[in-house]
Amino acid sequence: MMPQDPLAPFLSRLADAGLRVEAQASPGLAPAQLILVQSEDWSRLGNEAYAYGCRWVAGWGEDVGEDENESIRINACFEKAGAYLVARTAVPRATPVLSSHTACYPGADRPERHIRDMLGVVFSGHPDARRWTRHQAWKDSEFPMRRDFPAAGRPQVQTPADHQYTFLLAQGSGVYEIPVGPVHAGIIEPGHFRFQAVGETVLKLEARLGYTHKGIEKIAEGRDAAGLARLAGRISGDSTVAHAWAACMAMEKAAGLEVPPRAVWLRALMCERERVANHVGDVGAMLNDIAFAFGSYQFARLREEWQRVSREAFGHRFMMDCIIPGGVAVDLEERLIATMRDEADALREQIGRLMAIINDLPSVADRVRGAGVLKPEYAKALGCVGYVGRASGMDLDVRRDAPYPPYDQLSVKVPLHHYGDVNARARTRLEETSASFDLIEALLAGLPAGPIRTSWKHPAEGAEGLGLIEGWRGEILSFVRFGADGRIARFFPRDPSWTTWPALELLIHDNIVPDFPVCNKSVNGSYSGHDL
Amino acid sequence: MLRILGKIQRLGIITERLPDLGEPALTEIGEQLKAGIGEQFGGSLAIREVDAGSCNGCELEIQALNNPFYSIERFGVHFVASPRHADMLLVTGPVSRHMEAALRSTYDAMPEPRLVIAVGECGACGGEFGVSYASCGAVANVIPVDAVIRGCPPTPLALMRGILEAIGKRS
Repeated sequence: MMPQDPLAPFLSRLADAGLRVEAQASPGLAPAQLILVQSEDWSRLGNEAYAYGCRWVAGWGEDVGEDENESIRINACFEKAGAYLVARTAVPRATPVLSSHTACYPGADRPERHIRDMLGVVFSGHPDARRWTRHQAWKDSEFPMRRDFPAAGRPQVQTPADHQYTFLLAQGSGVYEIPVGPVHAGIIEPGHFRFQAVGETVLKLEARLGYTHKGIEKIAEGRDAAGLARLAGRISGDSTVAHAWAACMAMEKAAGLEVPPRAVWLRALMCERERVANHVGDVGAMLNDIAFAFGSYQFARLREEWQRVSREAFGHRFMMDCIIPGGVAVDLEERLIATMRDEADALREQIGRLMAIINDLPSVADRVRGAGVLKPEYAKALGCVGYVGRASGMDLDVRRDAPYPPYDQLSVKVPLHHYGDVNARARTRLEETSASFDLIEALLAGLPAGPIRTSWKHPAEGAEGLGLIEGWRGEILSFVRFGADGRIARFFPRDPSWTTWPALELLIHDNIVPDFPVCNKSVNGSYSGHDL
Repeated sequence: MLRILGKIQRLGIITERLPDLGEPALTEIGEQLKAGIGEQFGGSLAIREVDAGSCNGCELEIQALNNPFYSIERFGVHFVASPRHADMLLVTGPVSRHMEAALRSTYDAMPEPRLVIAVGECGACGGEFGVSYASCGAVANVIPVDAVIRGCPPTPLALMRGILEAIGKRS
């Protein structure tokens, strides 16, 4: 922990600048602090936060009023040196206008457009007037996250394709356009990529996402705690553990519920297993994308073996629904502790041997070195988290910087690279895998005895909670507010992919089109986690 | 290169022949699948997979069919990039309203006769997401479905079994 609150100078700076800021106690949001800001000061808040070197983490809104004059609440979360700050303001439903933070924070671009599409809040000064999450499933005059919008919506018999979205065009002789998706060639999630290219060189890439929008924020409303945990576990299937943990952490903080130590350690064990499974699988997939079949099959084999042990231990290959409000659903049998330890040792050794072979091959190096460079200044501007950020100099890991149990009792090694190419991202992921093996060993060795869950208790109406988890893709933020009878009134999960999808557009610049698959895989944003 | 060959030789073929975790023998299902594909598809079943809004869980397990343990190509199943080459459509869901038109177009682009399998709880019935302003729910709410493979997500073995059953229904 920091000896001194890194945000204290910032808060006094805001006061000195004449902003009317009011600190408010909100135990459920801890360790994040909550400040209330006047809506007229929102723009200056963004400028000051930027000048102070804060990272813009996430933004979300909440319709809290019943009638026209009541308000829509807007939150923005900032971070500095592991200290989190939630700034909150409100705008009237009748005239929902607020200053944009995008000019300072390009990473706020799409989140603000998402808020506009879902809640009808207009961000003045936003450089991009186009919609983002909305395609054609609802009208531009309708806002699904408003209270008066029914979850069932008013759908047409058939939803038309979204042909009207305007992409930015590159012009000049020899410039041509390649539209890709939403249905992709491989067995992957849907999204649209619009390339402007000259010859084989990419001049510009623009992504159009939102195809897998399933209304997660809306259908979360009215669920009970267990129902929300199940839904959170399906925000992004590959991150089921991390999202379920973040949502449960938020709910437990709102309820003031203490989770038994054994449950917390088992959650971390599952989360590290999820990290290893995804990193190992993706390194194989990257090798597949450079047509190196040997490596691809070897890593696919290792991932499959790993998933089988997850199933043996926790009953599910992805450990879905294993994290529940108040604890975990499955205990770890004593005999599996030795199995998992041996398995981690064996996998570490196998990866070492494979990498000795792979590192020896100039044809692999030729494809991954210098490909898809995300410059550190771009990663910083976008607030990229996870391995994408860490491969481009963003030294940030929630497990180390804002440690939550059990990581507050463990030492987390956080790899850091600066070159930001495909190679750096692959290295970062392999080094993180190695750090996870150390953590798994420590978690198995120190696993406390005792119960694996505590009984759930309904939080008071209006109680809010914030979950912050380092998932395998990076920092996940999960906000929950409860309504009456322990029912969810608002759920907002921010997948790390929000910060890395825009990075893909920058890092592909000047690369050749055939390198797009490996560049994309090295980032591996979640479509579902982003589209919500 | 010698190291690669050495690794390949030392590891040998790991593709499974024996029952795993109490499930029926993979090869047993596989051989039946191969026979069915031999009879009805001239030995080669081309599948186009469409994620119509899933959480990506189903996709990961469908991808696993190509890993060396399952190696589904040895039974005559291969995944193709274009619906025009496909005999079968594997659709995961729920079908988001934003993917509805793309799914219809993919289905329309397939040559007949065509088989459609809805994969996963969401594809089968809407799962956790159901029907809403954003989701059409089950795949059958959008295009005709011949078979469903349940599970959240279905394991690779369940997927193989489901594909086998779907082919069986056709005859």
